[in-house]
Amino acid sequence: MATETIHHTVEVLVAAKKEMQGGLLPLLHDIQDAVGYIPYESVGLIAQELNLSRAEVHGVITFYHHFRSEPVARTVVQVCRAEACQSMGSEHLWAHACSAADSHLTVEPVYCLGLCSSSPAMALNDKVHARVDRKKFDRLVAIARSAA
Amino acid sequence: MSITMYVPRDSAALALGADEVASAITLEAQQRGLTVNLVRNGSRGMFWLEPLVEVVTDAGRVAYGPVTPEDVAGLFEARFQAGSEHPLRHGLTDEIAYLRDQERLTFARMGVTDPLSLADFEALEGFAGLRRALALSAQEVVQQVLDSGLRGRGGAAFPAGIKWRTVAAAQASQKYVVCNADEGDSGTYSDRMTMEGDPFVLIEGMTIAAIATGATQGYVYIRSEYPYAIATMREAIDLATAAGFLGKRILGSEHSFHLEVRKAAGAYVCGEETAMLESIEGKRGVVRAKPPIPALKGLFGQPTVINNVITFASVPIILARGGAFYKNYGVGRSHGTLPIQLTGNVKYGGLIEKAFGITLRQLMYDYGGGSASGRPIKAVQVGGPLGSYVPEAHWDVPLDYEAYAAVGATVGHGGIVVHDDTADLSKLARYAMEFCAIESCGKCTPCRIGSTRGVEVIDRLTSGTNQPQQVKLLRDLCDTMLHGSLCALGGMTPNPVISALNYYPEDFGLALPVAKAA
Repeated sequence: MATETIHHTVEVLVAAKKEMQGGLLPLLHDIQDAVGYIPYESVGLIAQELNLSRAEVHGVITFYHHFRSEPVARTVVQVCRAEACQSMGSEHLWAHACSAADSHLTVEPVYCLGLCSSSPAMALNDKVHARVDRKKFDRLVAIARSAA
Repeated sequence: MSITMYVPRDSAALALGADEVASAITLEAQQRGLTVNLVRNGSRGMFWLEPLVEVVTDAGRVAYGPVTPEDVAGLFEARFQAGSEHPLRHGLTDEIAYLRDQERLTFARMGVTDPLSLADFEALEGFAGLRRALALSAQEVVQQVLDSGLRGRGGAAFPAGIKWRTVAAAQASQKYVVCNADEGDSGTYSDRMTMEGDPFVLIEGMTIAAIATGATQGYVYIRSEYPYAIATMREAIDLATAAGFLGKRILGSEHSFHLEVRKAAGAYVCGEETAMLESIEGKRGVVRAKPPIPALKGLFGQPTVINNVITFASVPIILARGGAFYKNYGVGRSHGTLPIQLTGNVKYGGLIEKAFGITLRQLMYDYGGGSASGRPIKAVQVGGPLGSYVPEAHWDVPLDYEAYAAVGATVGHGGIVVHDDTADLSKLARYAMEFCAIESCGKCTPCRIGSTRGVEVIDRLTSGTNQPQQVKLLRDLCDTMLHGSLCALGGMTPNPVISALNYYPEDFGLALPVAKAA
């Protein structure tokens, strides 16, 4: 997305949430959903329009694991590393996923997807997958890569 | 003859290919010139059978599972559309022992109905509790909840009725009802299932709370890791509002209640109620010191009822059938039922709603069939990442808040994570400290710093460096975290650590038994 388009998108989104009570998180979600991350350049505009300090906006963006300040690869995989998945060998899956990461594949940890009776679990872009072994991981990631 | 089939839309079913199975069924039916009415229901909670396809027959719903898209042609060939025999057939769903022996009150409709069908919901007692509440005074509604003995199902087990009474008595121009759906504990998903599989029951429970306390605005704070739950709740709120169950003058009464979903952003600590309030207000999820309690000064400084999903979802049946009906279930001071989540390394993992009093051994072996790996079960963590590891000596303790507390364990949100004998409890203890360090909000020192020091001490201990001193340090550190932290994150992280150290010292390279208990 071009810088000007990003700026315009953020402006429109900020205007829509400006009056919402406690609207900062919903706004940040909107921006990240539209742009893919929350550009550093948008912090000043958000702060000004929501009548907050830049520090407050920056603080919120960096406090929450979900919000990104940098663009990510086209394919994002989140591997669950919490206890239930650990009990079914997710640490091996995590190591396998990390070794597959490159500029087209972002690998992140996630702490529980709520699929704990079908572990190990992961999210691939917008979809969830359960009982994932290395073979299934490779198959799903290959499909996602070719679609990206 | 029309054919009706059910394929779940619960994300645990989707994660195992339910959408692909549904497409395959539609396609295969078309090719065979059959008309299939395909309903996307919630999950029955028997996850080893997902995707579970149910076929409606004169005798009842017949279960087939786990079904893959490749199985579909063969199932039609065997005439499963008429309920015929097939290797994947499990007979009538309601007769499957796992399901039949449960006591499903909160989960009565789970997997039975189309989650977004108001007609399905109302046909099975839906909104009966709300209608009853509208016919009672606010005090009478609170009294029903008090009489039921319902305690908060999120983990703290505080009596819901007392909380509601406090909010009802508070004087304010604006009050709120907030549902904590930030179900971050590993080994738990009953909130997710409810929001995806029976969302109207949560709406009904929250609306009853609003009527009881005089609140007019509500929020459901749902974790961002649950995109399907968020989408389903939003759709359900729109449907309920359009039908007059939410919004202005609910069902023609003088009560108004507006409900909105707020999406969390991946901070575990926001499951702590005051951090959640900060987050809904648009701030960093930093824990507030109590007092003041949220019931008096909560969201935006106003009196606020905060309960978790299962607590609210348990209210409609209490109103519909009376507090005494619900109180009859359970043991001791743990009344009613608990939707237990049996997870991790277990053969038959799933959602088991039972009255309090069942034991871990019954759950893990009678329901769970032992470990998934076939190896001996070594440790069980009950109550999420902040719950203790329960050794075999305590597997026959009845599931009951007080009985568990007496052996140093917690029931929490009813999540049970099973580990086989390949688990290294020193690694799990280290993970608990590491997780606390990652997720600490940073407000209080014992949690923020203690968790990092905890990782270091455990590393020194397991590397064999001056072990007696490290054990003493670790116990001392846990004591400081337990007594000095502002909230349960720092205050309960010692539970898994100390229980691992006490019951599995050999995993830390220590001799059996450890000299001193915690």
